[in-house]
Amino acid sequence: MADEALFLLLHNEMVAGLYRAAEQGEGENGRCTTKLESMGFRVGQGLIERFTKDTARFKDELDIMKFICKDFWTTVFKKQIDNLRTNHQGIYVLQDNKFRLLTQMSAGKQYLEHAPKYLAFTCGLIRGGLSNLGIKSIVTAEVSSMPACKYAVV
Amino acid sequence: VLVSVICSPPQNYPLYIRSVPTENELKFHYTVHTSLDVVDEKISAMGKALVDQRELYLGLLYPTEDYKVYGYVTNSKVKFVMVVDSSNTALRDNEIRSMFRKLHNSYTDIMCNPFYNPGDRIQSRAFDNMVNSMMMQVC
Repeated sequence: MADEALFLLLHNEMVAGLYRAAEQGEGENGRCTTKLESMGFRVGQGLIERFTKDTARFKDELDIMKFICKDFWTTVFKKQIDNLRTNHQGIYVLQDNKFRLLTQMSAGKQYLEHAPKYLAFTCGLIRGGLSNLGIKSIVTAEVSSMPACKYAVV
Repeated sequence: VLVSVICSPPQNYPLYIRSVPTENELKFHYTVHTSLDVVDEKISAMGKALVDQRELYLGLLYPTEDYKVYGYVTNSKVKFVMVVDSSNTALRDNEIRSMFRKLHNSYTDIMCNPFYNPGDRIQSRAFDNMVNSMMMQVC
């Protein structure tokens, strides 16, 4: 499907472009991740507004997380989150075993150190969506083996 | 007479307020402010199954001697409030619902506008035109 490839390519270029610009400028590595995350944040806010326009009201936090895992993820990445875990005290871990943005990169341990750059935008996406729904959170991502990745929401 | 307001969480300050005709605006500000409390009460009362929990439209908030106030809350906790004249009995529930839907749709469009920062006052001309045309239809 052409529309999936569009976002993938744009996202990859975005990451590459930001890092290129940073190298020519100050060379501040941490700032790039923050910029990517804040981009994702704003996009997440707008997306959530559109997606929740017609859905029924959410009953509680778990309901919201389930919505993110199913409908939101499906609309953005064309598949659902494979695993959602929680300790019922505000920490949720979303696991995606075949993350769309990483499948093109490798299928094992190669390029593992570059993976976090590509996950920053999605972290921001989740954080933006949650903040518009009234939940303040911190989202971090970790990759142990491509293309699976885990997002921890606190 | 028709007033519509959009308020955002968590401080509940108005992002947009427009009334037709434009005198007496202060009184409408006051009415809207007090009706926000009723909206909050309705949302928190969702736990008791009296109200349909899944609906976004809140219905008639409360009637005062001159005006009727209607509320609508989105999933992102943005509240829309509309104040209409009691003498305007031609307005039926469906019409109010459809007006709120139009407001919600336009608000979603504004959120997706990259030049808009969430939390700022709404200054979009497209939004103004939509609200104006909606109000002209009613009055």
